[in-house]
Amino acid sequence: MKVLVPSALRSYTERSEVEAGGATLGALLADLERHYPGIRFRIIDEQDRIRRHIRIFVNGEQARDLSRPLGAADEVIIVQALSGG
Amino acid sequence: MARKTARSTARGRGGRRSTRRTVVLIATRKGAWLYHGDAARRKWRADGPHFLGHNVSHLVLDPRDGRTLLAAAKTGHLGPTIFRSTDLGKSWKEAARPPAFAKVAEGEKARAVDHTFWLAPGRAADRDVWYAGTSPQGLFRSADGGVNWEPFSIINDDPQFREWMGTVQDGTPDGPKLHSIIVDPRDGAHFYIAMSGGGVHESMDGGGTWKTLIQGMDVVEGFGFDPAKPTFHDPHCIRMCPGNPDRLYQQNHCGIYRLDRPSDTWVRIGRSMPQQVGDIGFPLVVHPRDADTAWVFPMDGTQVWPRTSPGGKPAAYVTRNGGKTWQRLDAGLPRSQAWWTVKRQCMAADARDPVGLYVGNSGGELWMGRDEGRRWSCIGRHLPEIYAVETAELA
Repeated sequence: MKVLVPSALRSYTERSEVEAGGATLGALLADLERHYPGIRFRIIDEQDRIRRHIRIFVNGEQARDLSRPLGAADEVIIVQALSGG
Repeated sequence: MARKTARSTARGRGGRRSTRRTVVLIATRKGAWLYHGDAARRKWRADGPHFLGHNVSHLVLDPRDGRTLLAAAKTGHLGPTIFRSTDLGKSWKEAARPPAFAKVAEGEKARAVDHTFWLAPGRAADRDVWYAGTSPQGLFRSADGGVNWEPFSIINDDPQFREWMGTVQDGTPDGPKLHSIIVDPRDGAHFYIAMSGGGVHESMDGGGTWKTLIQGMDVVEGFGFDPAKPTFHDPHCIRMCPGNPDRLYQQNHCGIYRLDRPSDTWVRIGRSMPQQVGDIGFPLVVHPRDADTAWVFPMDGTQVWPRTSPGGKPAAYVTRNGGKTWQRLDAGLPRSQAWWTVKRQCMAADARDPVGLYVGNSGGELWMGRDEGRRWSCIGRHLPEIYAVETAELA
């Protein structure tokens, strides 16, 4: 499925849109990590929580945790949220 | 004439011409810089920014090979990581496994590393070993030069340590921190660590067991806090003297201290500081060869704790006799209206003769205290808020 990546993570993906797969958000992020080592820990902490200033949207709706189911036609957007100056 | 002066300054006190170069490693709120000095430490070349926009807490050169750099970094959005360079910053590669706490079972109190705060290379004999202290307080070790990091010792998950560490409210405004990781150069199983908050601790068995080392340290006055509890102690910076590893100095939230082992009792040597300046501050620097010499950079710890240079007049203070007396060193520093904050990692000494001191402030200025702090000059300005200053010698 299509994953849109914020500018802060393009040092990993080198482009703003990548393809990745997985039946859940957690599986999708594992797939991203396989292709772009290091990317997962920058957005998900060691307790599997989405980091404070990261938001992930699936088809325009915010995903709250990694168990969110995904389908092949879904669009996932990773966003950097407000974090001050 | 200028050439002659530069040449003579390049020689040490013994008259030997120095072929070494000092590099000052600067970590800031928005990136990292390397300031390369010429042989005389007169001219400085800025190399940077590295990781522009990253909060870089610490940048350290491996003294064992003189070319491997580790940088502890995160951004406002992205989680913490370690970047590693083996060519003095020409290229960087991210750690494969940055410091991270163990994942806990559902329902247990979970912690996540917010940032790595302190990086410490292991002993010369333990090549490729590094230690890291994090916020919130955690201790980590790498055995492969900083590529993979694992939790180290019992500290991170021990219930007693967790109680002493407290919560995010029990630390600095940037979060509670584990810092001042010191490995005894004579014994790789002998460690000191400090926590803000959480006190000072010592291990003699490679981190398997620890004992508190807080006797003699004061706690905030007037509220009846028990000084026997590590929770109430906030050591800001501890240094071991290279010239005498049995001597430690400490800048604490409540004064300046010295500890001569095997004694377990810190002695408050800051009482002999001028009363109008006090003995509150963050950094402390020891002389690379003379264990009786140490420098501090006092901050205002009165009333609401401005944590700025007392009276708006920045100054270093030096003791040459283990803390019996202190002398003010402010020649060349602003005489008024300079409200610096100098954080605990923001003062460093080089290993040259005479020693050069380096201070980075919250206003993004880097100052050098030539001739062991007797004459100060600004060697870098317009940087972001400086978080840490380290030095290294390049062959």
